[in-house]
Amino acid sequence: MTKPAGKPSAYTASELLAVMAARLLKDGQIVFAGVGIPLLAATLAQRNVAPHLTILFEGGTIGPFIVPGELPPSTNEQRCTRRANMVLPITDVLLLLQRGYVDVGFMGGAQIDRFGNLNSSFIGDADNPKIRLPGTGGGNDISSLTNMIVAMKHEKRRFVADVDFITSPGWIRGKRTRAESGLPQGGMWRVVTDLAILGFDEDTREMNVLALHQGVTREEVQDNTGFKLLFDARLETAEPPRREELAVLRELDPERLYTG
Amino acid sequence: MSTDTLVKPYQELRNATLARDRGLREKVMSLEAAAKLVENGDHVAIGGCTMSRTPVAMIWALIRARKQNLVVSRSITSTEGDLLFASGTSRHVITSWFTQGIVWGVSKVMRHYTEGKLARFDEWSHMSIGLRYRAGAMGIPFMPSRSMIGSDVGKRVGEELKTMICPFTSEEIVLLPALNPDVALIHVQRCDAYGNAQLDGLQFMDIDMAMAANKVILTTERIVSNDQIRRTPDATRIPFFTVEAVVEAPMGAAPHECYGLYEPFFSHLDDYAERTSKDPVRGCQQYLEEFYYGPKSWSDYLSKLGMEAVLDACRRGRSVHND
Repeated sequence: MTKPAGKPSAYTASELLAVMAARLLKDGQIVFAGVGIPLLAATLAQRNVAPHLTILFEGGTIGPFIVPGELPPSTNEQRCTRRANMVLPITDVLLLLQRGYVDVGFMGGAQIDRFGNLNSSFIGDADNPKIRLPGTGGGNDISSLTNMIVAMKHEKRRFVADVDFITSPGWIRGKRTRAESGLPQGGMWRVVTDLAILGFDEDTREMNVLALHQGVTREEVQDNTGFKLLFDARLETAEPPRREELAVLRELDPERLYTG
Repeated sequence: MSTDTLVKPYQELRNATLARDRGLREKVMSLEAAAKLVENGDHVAIGGCTMSRTPVAMIWALIRARKQNLVVSRSITSTEGDLLFASGTSRHVITSWFTQGIVWGVSKVMRHYTEGKLARFDEWSHMSIGLRYRAGAMGIPFMPSRSMIGSDVGKRVGEELKTMICPFTSEEIVLLPALNPDVALIHVQRCDAYGNAQLDGLQFMDIDMAMAANKVILTTERIVSNDQIRRTPDATRIPFFTVEAVVEAPMGAAPHECYGLYEPFFSHLDDYAERTSKDPVRGCQQYLEEFYYGPKSWSDYLSKLGMEAVLDACRRGRSVHND
């Protein structure tokens, strides 16, 4: 992706992710968001189309508004609590997922597979990992208990046929295996990347491409994916980020902590 | 922990509480004296979350006292986990996420110790850690729950997690074993000399942790009078009878944050990340030498962080009161 310098119409891959993800959110929803792109996207949606959207943070915050230029480094700092309606203990805010108050869980991903399972624990064999990643945090809880949107860079090493380790469950092995595994609720709904917007087939639960970003070809998406992708019969081209959407993101993250 | 000792036997839990003096008594002491209340091998729960209200001063004192084989649990583990591993204070962390913070990438220190099998990192989901403390706080052996099932996170903890068919609804449900730490380390904005603690901002898992533990070591920014506590009892979150020690430790979470008082010391944390990513072992040893073993006192430690850094963190921290 081109850098934004000088050209107001250009945008970074992260900005593209945030804009596209924001458009998937609806007014009135309760959104459990991670920091970074999910928070930026949820705040953008709040500003533009969804003023009654409520953000929840894992750290315990209900309904914060982010101060431009003061993006939190995690969901647990005081920056997460600005103008919030309420702060709860961590356990209780996570229990809102289990109780059923949350419409969308929204996070980033390190590695995803064709059934939307996410790995943030181990690269390689868990007993002898090549890389020990930080782990689930609330990811496992969120993805076990509500409908998920994931925003991530589209790279072959990140889009694999089977993840090395299921940290945050998607559709497990497809079809009805998620419900059969003891997870009757929620599931992976959308994956937003810098190349496309993807969903999951209603029956097989395999990943399919719903829309391509402007200037992106089917081949390009397939070449950057480690498994055979399905393409939706009504494949669309997503409208590129609008100037006003980018303006909000740049106001929120002037130092480009998350959108560089 | 083997599965037969995973959950503390109920009688043992009750006996430990009965044996403590729960009278309304003053218990103010130094960091060094409080460190003596922690024994090698204890399960020590750490309050706060990631870089917030981490009881850094108490962890600093435990590392300086050369404690060993502590089993450490926390909601989310940041730089303090690196330093507990690198100092040999702990070789076993139970947590949901372990890395300095998203903006600094994956901790090279955590990677070094876990990938090299020098230390153990048991990964539970965030809610599961919280419900384990809550079960401990409730005096029950387990808590039913609906996450971790179906995933490899659930499979990986093996026998420590069980499922059962719910006797009421016939659905399969997860059972999380209670956590009853030997000691909980909790840093607060203020408390009285008896240990009645008031905390501002996010509570994280601290209240369940305090109730679940056999004893709490409180570090506090300020010790206030009991009269002041009694004027706003609704703000008191931790009751004195759970507390075994009160230590006044100003800036006691630095270089992490303490709500309303100081934000994280970002430049210091950038420097820490740089040192430890180049060479996790030597970087950590040098850091420990300079900031943990070297300083003569907690205020000497703060001097080493630097007045400019302290003021910057305080200015940002207090800005929440500016609106």
